[in-house]
Amino acid sequence: MKYIDEFRDGEVAQSIAKAIKAEADPASTYHIMEFCGGHTHAISRYGLEDLLPANVRMIHGPGCPVCVLPVGRIDAAIWLARQPGVTLVTYGDMLRVPGSKRLSLLKAKAEGADVRMVYSTLDAIKLASANPDRQVVFFAIGFETTTPPTAVALKQAQALDLKNFSVFCNHVLTPSAITQILDSPEVRELGTVKLDAFIGPAHVSTIIGSRPYEYFAEEYQRPVVIAGFEPLDVMQAVRMLVRQINDGRFEVENEFARAVTRDGNEKAKSLVADMFELRRVFEWRGLGQVPYSALRLKEPYAAWDAERRWDVPQDNPGDNKACECGAILRGVKKPTDCKLFGTVCTPENPMGSCMVSAEGACAAHWTYGRFRDLETSDA
Amino acid sequence: MCLALPSLVTEILPDDNARVELGGVSKIISLALVSDVKPGDYVIVHVGYALSVIDPEEAARTLELFREMGEELPA
Ligand code: SF4
Repeated sequence: MKYIDEFRDGEVAQSIAKAIKAEADPASTYHIMEFCGGHTHAISRYGLEDLLPANVRMIHGPGCPVCVLPVGRIDAAIWLARQPGVTLVTYGDMLRVPGSKRLSLLKAKAEGADVRMVYSTLDAIKLASANPDRQVVFFAIGFETTTPPTAVALKQAQALDLKNFSVFCNHVLTPSAITQILDSPEVRELGTVKLDAFIGPAHVSTIIGSRPYEYFAEEYQRPVVIAGFEPLDVMQAVRMLVRQINDGRFEVENEFARAVTRDGNEKAKSLVADMFELRRVFEWRGLGQVPYSALRLKEPYAAWDAERRWDVPQDNPGDNKACECGAILRGVKKPTDCKLFGTVCTPENPMGSCMVSAEGACAAHWTYGRFRDLETSDA
Repeated sequence: MCLALPSLVTEILPDDNARVELGGVSKIISLALVSDVKPGDYVIVHVGYALSVIDPEEAARTLELFREMGEELPA
């Protein structure tokens, strides 16, 4: 398939790997965090870690929107789904994420709540138009990639004067989270790892462009390479970062120029700016309270804001004690460090959010990495 | 939930929609977030929306970089 197969060529991957080996200084170490779950998925799926020299280490970051949503927000969605007359709709992954007391939206549905999966925000609008007697609430989550589609739906709801549609907004912002990883005293106290460089988001950057990372690279003196989600993209980004570290540079480079520009998608950005405003603070699983890291609906759209329409509970019961998602999302622990990994916790029966979406570090390792562990322990 | 693949636009439909094809599967998506898309373009589709249009020249340049690197290497 065009623009897919060429970026998965195994031989080219080997030659990039050779170049990385030749360029990486054996006397230093290179700690590279991939922020996006999409990269985590590619690294596990194609076994990219095996291609890298031992002194080039990949650290999985918090970039999976399903994984970073704290338990309290999932509980709140379940609470909304249980209100009389409400139909709660959301993307498929969200249905299985455990809230507190191991309740999920799927279980709430089994108990009689009207919970439905949609592929697109436009399906949510259609559902609301077709069911004027129900209150259709869209449980909106995701980074800068899913916010513009939510904005389009809001525009439509406004145009159609839909009174039975609203959005439970949980959209979060990538650059603030990356900053938090390096900045927050809380993360520092809880322990963190050495980070020399970042692989910047692929699809998020199609929207926001590469420019927001320029400030970050300069302020924190860390190189950033925006990279696509195919295996060759990730390998090439690692090579570009090794070069920057060797040269003592900290620039934003764009490996994914086929889809990302410096300024991003202006149409999508202005739509989002029209309808959303920053929340002063928002909680991320693993990162704690992150200032200005999430969005809510602006006042003129209050009529479509589920949090203004209902008194949505705002408490956060915290994570299941045994689940290590928080430490995994900060890059301090690996999935196999969790006692529940692969025993009690599997994708069919997830105990924590990192086991739910294909981009979660635990799910990616369960699906593609487990057998490698076996091989290495046999050897 | 951020994974998304480049899909081929086969037909522009009314109301800012398009038909796209990916690996033999045809789907209708929204073009509300992009401008100037025509049949034959590849777009990155996520949750039913095209987020960006693939730039064929930049794609060719990236592939060329991969190739050059193989040649630069000492045998
Ligand atoms: S294996 Fe399961 S319980 Fe352990 S950290 Fe991962 S998601 Fe949480």
